[in-house]
Amino acid sequence: MAEPRKSDDSMDATPNVTEVATADAVTVDDSVAAIEATVERGEPILQVRNLVKHFPLTQGVLFKKQVGAVKAVDGISFDLYQGETLGIVGESGCGKSTVAKLLMTLEKATAGEVFFKGQDITRLSGRALKAVRRNIQMVFQDPYTSLNPRMTVGDIIGEPFDIHPEVAPKGDRRRRVQELLDVVGLNPEYINRYPHQFSGGQRQRIGIARGLALNPEVIICDEPVSALDVSVQAQVINLMEKLQDEFNLSYIFIAHDLSIVRHISDRVGVMYLGKMAEIGTDTQIYDHPTHPYTQALLSAVPVPDPEAREGRERIILSGDVPSPANPPSGCRFRTRCWKAQDKCATEVPLLAVPERFKGTGGHAAHESACHFAEEKDVVHAA
Amino acid sequence: MLLDVRDLRVEFRTRDGVARAVNGVSYAVDAGETLAVLGESGSGKSVAAQAVMGILDTPPGRITGGEVLFRGRDLLRLKEERRRRIRGAEMAMIFQDALSALNPVLDVGSQLGEMFVVHRGMSRGQARARAVELMDRVGIPAARERAGDYPHQFSGGMRQRVMIAMALALEPALIIADEPTTALDVTVQAQVMELLARLRRELDMALILITHDLGVVAEAADRIAVMYAGRIVETAPVHAVHRAAAHPYTRALLDSVPRLDRKGRELYAIRGLPPNPLRVPPGCAFHPRCPVARDICRTDEPPLYEAGEGRRSACHFWRETLDG
Ligand SMILES: Nc1ncnc2c1ncn2[C@@H]1O[C@H](COP(=O)(O)OP(=O)(O)OP(=O)(O)O)[C@@H](O)[C@H]1O
Ligand SMILES: Nc1ncnc2c1ncn2[C@@H]1O[C@H](COP(=O)(O)OP(=O)(O)O)[C@@H](O)[C@H]1O
Ligand code: SF4
Ligand code: SF4
Ligand SMILES: [Mg+2]
Ligand SMILES: [Mg+2]
Repeated sequence: MAEPRKSDDSMDATPNVTEVATADAVTVDDSVAAIEATVERGEPILQVRNLVKHFPLTQGVLFKKQVGAVKAVDGISFDLYQGETLGIVGESGCGKSTVAKLLMTLEKATAGEVFFKGQDITRLSGRALKAVRRNIQMVFQDPYTSLNPRMTVGDIIGEPFDIHPEVAPKGDRRRRVQELLDVVGLNPEYINRYPHQFSGGQRQRIGIARGLALNPEVIICDEPVSALDVSVQAQVINLMEKLQDEFNLSYIFIAHDLSIVRHISDRVGVMYLGKMAEIGTDTQIYDHPTHPYTQALLSAVPVPDPEAREGRERIILSGDVPSPANPPSGCRFRTRCWKAQDKCATEVPLLAVPERFKGTGGHAAHESACHFAEEKDVVHAA
Repeated sequence: MLLDVRDLRVEFRTRDGVARAVNGVSYAVDAGETLAVLGESGSGKSVAAQAVMGILDTPPGRITGGEVLFRGRDLLRLKEERRRRIRGAEMAMIFQDALSALNPVLDVGSQLGEMFVVHRGMSRGQARARAVELMDRVGIPAARERAGDYPHQFSGGMRQRVMIAMALALEPALIIADEPTTALDVTVQAQVMELLARLRRELDMALILITHDLGVVAEAADRIAVMYAGRIVETAPVHAVHRAAAHPYTRALLDSVPRLDRKGRELYAIRGLPPNPLRVPPGCAFHPRCPVARDICRTDEPPLYEAGEGRRSACHFWRETLDG
């Protein structure tokens, strides 16, 4: 496995990307064996490298001509470590769900790699792909539309077993589904009910049970609690944290609620227009952000403490997010950045630990894609 | 008092029975004041607001009791014709979903201008000029050129600005904003909330801000009214609520939101689910979920007790709750 390792007590030193140990899998059996191998806690389990997804923009009805592309994801790299939660935040349309779909192999990458235990899943097929798909599962945002209204809860949760019968043999399925219902805090007797007979929070539990059915190692959660009321949100978040410990899961947690992401995540990546602007531990990102976009995003979050409304600095961004079909040159954030200079229009800032913070050992020493990265606390009242 | 809503009650007849959506709501707003109405979905925030504005669908809705005193007149007793003239001119509403609130087949300049033509008797040309002025005022860039665009041609944040412009056109004394930023990104939400706050100050309007976001409440409101199962369970100055809640539900809500400024421990989760309006529990509607419920709570509905300066709480044990 790849060096350097991440240990729990040196979280702040966690690099965003570590070397990929590509096992030399010659045969399909080798690949499957690598995919089924155990990964120690704190080792990278998923390694995303220069991932790109462009959706072609076409014109014409009969003869479709490509006139451009929506650059939904445009060169993103990060690691997910075993047992951790990596939060991904960013405004609507910045490419979060597209990343999720690429990791799930629901979309085909335009370029780049996604290594699961050293195997590039963008190139796998057949049995090896199937093994990866069993190991990476997803929980969706909308508990109302993501469940088929005509299927019973038992059929919904047990559906993954149709494709992966080896996980639960036919005769064992009912028992297994009831066990899953119990695990997510639903009455196992509800197995024959339909989705409309459940509340939003309960439906989200059904979605989670389904995600757990195949004993995956990674679960990608795309806005799993956004549609829920606060009181119910807390129930579902607590459940997800409990399940993570119990089943040793690694989570990618996509959400636009920055407080929830801080609560649940070990590390957080901030996306803007298809790129990663900044990534680091929750302390680095929330208490010591160095990228202007992260600072603006955090400063915009209204906090429930009325005393804080006087003491906090507010950065109000002007304008809207530019179109991902035609992103600004250089730094993509420059059209809204109050610090932008000429260099920002010509040179793309790379995601790296800024020179000035290197070796300082401080919390600002984390990866940030800005030519003029500076620390600024926008979350705590002055 | 600019608006004084007293014991408002609204029911819906449904196939499964009578849904008591609003069960005796009382709140008041002074001129220039911002009142936040906070509650989870289904608690009756929108239905109460629609009854106040006079835009409730009847049927299936029915106002079964209460008074809506606006500048001293009970709006519930006025003829629809009179109410229509008050709407827009004296009180106006902003909705969560601007796209469905605006007319999709009319350019925004004409929609805004219409307000001046109908209510102020202006000519088309004058009205157009006022519309452009308004768009400029709510921060829509290149207002003159964009006045000819249709609602779907604007981004979510810009559409919300158009709707705000529409509500403000006639400078009403009261605006009711029903989750005006719920569908927006935080950066855009901050822009829209800042705009609302600025305009509210400039025009000295009162604002009823319906939301389920405690952060939005803390940043924008002077006072808060917390709703649960169609009732107000607590009203208080915003600062006071944050120091100590006088109702266990308010307390639970405050405890269940994660914090931005530090990593918290396990979240406090309110057990169970909000009640079905077809079967609101007897006594205190919150009792099945309340961590401190006692026998009396299952049988006696708590009135809105005076719980200190400018505060009210619908809990038999508000004093203990306040003392923590
Ligand atoms: N199938 C598709 N064809 C064309 N464009 C697409 C497609 N899917 C996504 N996009 C575009 O790619 C960009 C990123 O979309 P994505 O759904 O990943 O955003 P997101 O960050 O998940 O946003 P949200 O917070 O609204 O869920 C958007 O501009 C979107 O319109
Ligand atoms: N047209 C309607 N027919 C039946 N019930 C309705 C109707 N509109 C609202 N309700 C019910 O009234 C209650 C309060 O709704 P609402 O005021 O929209 O809640 P909130 O705005 O607090 O989320 C809910 O239980 C809702 O289902
Ligand atoms: S690189 Fe320039 S435009 Fe981009 S965030 Fe940094 S200062 Fe702003
Ligand atoms: S009246 Fe009783 S049940 Fe209701 S909030 Fe107070 S203590 Fe809880
Ligand atoms: Mg998405
Ligand atoms: Mg509502």
